[in-house]
Amino acid sequence: MNKIWLILSREFVTRVRKPSFILATLLTPIGIGLIALLAGYFASKGAASAKSIIVKDESGIFKSNPPENSSHTYVFSNDSIETLKESYKEENDILVFIEPISDLTKKRHQALFYSEEKLSISTIGSIEKSIAESVKNYKIEQSNIDKTVYESFNTKFSLENGVSLEDDPKASGKLSVIIGTILGALMGFLMYMVIFIYGGMVMRSVMEEKINRIVELMISSVKPFQLMMGKILGVGAVGLLQLGIWIVLVPVILFTVQMVTGAGMGIENSSQLQEITSQMNSPEVADQLENFKIAEIIKEFRSQNWVLIIPVFILFFFGGFFIYASLFAAIGSAIGDDMGESQQLMLPIMIPVILAFIMMQGVIQNPNGGMAVFGSLFPLFSPIIMPARLAFDPPLWQVGLSLVILIASCIFFAWFAGRIYRIGILLYGKKVNLRELGKWLFYKP
Amino acid sequence: MNVLSIQNINKQYKNHKAVDNMSFDVPKGSIFGLLGPNGAGKTSLIRIITRITGADSGNILLNGININQAEIREVGYMPEERGLYKKMKVYEHLLYLAQLKGLSKKESKSVINHWFEKFDIGHWHSKKIEELSKGMQQKIQFIATVMHKPSLIILDEPFTGLDPLNTNLIKEEIYRMNREGASIIFSTHRMEQVEEICKDIVLINAGSKVLEGKVADIKQQFKSHTFSIDCNAANIPKVCSSFKIVSSSEDNAIIQIEEGITPNQILAELMENNVQIAGFEERLPSLNDIFINIVES
Repeated sequence: MNKIWLILSREFVTRVRKPSFILATLLTPIGIGLIALLAGYFASKGAASAKSIIVKDESGIFKSNPPENSSHTYVFSNDSIETLKESYKEENDILVFIEPISDLTKKRHQALFYSEEKLSISTIGSIEKSIAESVKNYKIEQSNIDKTVYESFNTKFSLENGVSLEDDPKASGKLSVIIGTILGALMGFLMYMVIFIYGGMVMRSVMEEKINRIVELMISSVKPFQLMMGKILGVGAVGLLQLGIWIVLVPVILFTVQMVTGAGMGIENSSQLQEITSQMNSPEVADQLENFKIAEIIKEFRSQNWVLIIPVFILFFFGGFFIYASLFAAIGSAIGDDMGESQQLMLPIMIPVILAFIMMQGVIQNPNGGMAVFGSLFPLFSPIIMPARLAFDPPLWQVGLSLVILIASCIFFAWFAGRIYRIGILLYGKKVNLRELGKWLFYKP
Repeated sequence: MNVLSIQNINKQYKNHKAVDNMSFDVPKGSIFGLLGPNGAGKTSLIRIITRITGADSGNILLNGININQAEIREVGYMPEERGLYKKMKVYEHLLYLAQLKGLSKKESKSVINHWFEKFDIGHWHSKKIEELSKGMQQKIQFIATVMHKPSLIILDEPFTGLDPLNTNLIKEEIYRMNREGASIIFSTHRMEQVEEICKDIVLINAGSKVLEGKVADIKQQFKSHTFSIDCNAANIPKVCSSFKIVSSSEDNAIIQIEEGITPNQILAELMENNVQIAGFEERLPSLNDIFINIVES
């Protein structure tokens, strides 16, 4: 045990002191801050760049009811279209030509545009939207319908939990489901990253020791299993430290960016949160978020069961990392300096991780379904699936059982990887495949 | 008393037998040569002794105790494949290795300082391993092997890559530690070094022991009854019953004598023939000759 501790400390200290570690740990949050700054900047500028547009409106509808809040500037001209075609380039970017609209009952109408530069979809779309809005308002007016009456046709319905939080603290409002989805996706994604970043780190480090030929010196002093274990735990500690720093630094930097620019990506209103969630591939959630105020969201965030979530997440972080790092260590020991070979042997490890990641997207939509329960118990998936479910108050027995299975699997995979590792590290110049690795399990060292 | 007792060790790898029913003893306080051509099974055997791998069958006793129960710090091993953590600083690296051998931090520090002074390398303290030359790294590796004062030191080709100055330095240390009671196993295929350093040897080939004993005895055993005589060689009779001339030059002759004839009889016969003898010496085979002889046959 003492030796594992010695190895662990060395792995930890040498990694943490490396300039590359310090850089990565500090630059990542700064990078995220910069991206937030840029995103805020571009968001405030508007997605489509502003154009100056000259309109020849023969229908007169658009002209009489020009758009109010457009990023583009609209100028109306009475010159003939032929002259305009010649001259619009002098002062304007785009010429739009609207012919008289004969049949107002039609849904679709058409206008023509002329432009020297190629227009983006979003520019065309925003112009189309402005004209359509203007024509729609004209149609409402002509039909003698009150505008508010017309708006009320566009119906929405919202379903709320009948049990209020005061009656039952465990009752979850819709907002808490939404927050859970975001949190779940975030934690699942984090686990996925952790497995690849730090698992890969373990593998490279094992390979290095083998290539450096230091391994023979080491295992004349310590057992191969101790060496492997110390390395995995040491890298795990580095990962935990790095994540810890990020978890503190990223919000601090985002907050600072928001303070400095007054905008940024610090989620200041629900529409931005909505944008983020829609990028995370769940447009329904994004739609729902529209209706909430930021204060409520923060309140809901605070009311999450952090006392359960944080320690359990750390347990799953370590368990998941441990299982996959063991496998990566075994692969690292089996290959020499041939990176190509490692790709081939890494594939069987990567498949369950990627599978779990894909599964997670379904699980956060249906966090208590059969797939979710299976995924959070199966040890190769559970480190990604279970954290993703945590914010949905999964039954405690499932969390408990999942943890028990995870810990048992850690022991199994440590044994499994140790068997391969002790043979692999002393073997040079031999091409190995999966069958060969299987045989090593039962070799006498 | 033996520091190490190898008893019927067998080790089978997939396609070949690396160690085949090997038995021999290493006397306490000896400098022991473990010889053999490349691929003879030296490293396989050493790996079993150092518990890096396990034997399929057989026993190894270290100071009379089964090797698996023995203290790991009793053994110091310098592998032929040398490696250190390139990015680590010299002092830290030695500290780490010493602690892995079971020394306390305080003990380790004082031992390392002692060796830094002895080899006059205090200024390497904060250098990274990768900044050192190969020979320098080897010195560090040597320190790492012996700093915990093991009772058995196993050196696998310890001099490869060292200049004559450093070779001598290490050699002196080996002698000194041996005088202080450490037993040393010296594995190599460089015969002239063995002849110089070792008193006892075992020669292995293809996983089996082929020869064992004191260097002097083995030389006697393999002597070819050849003598070198410094003399006016022209006077030596060309045909003689008790010996035959192997080669001769103006002032030297190499002769081989028949079984049962003593050197005195030869001398008498030569003097009868008026040969002026300036020197007379039995030519013992070098270990190199014996080695090549045995391995080739």
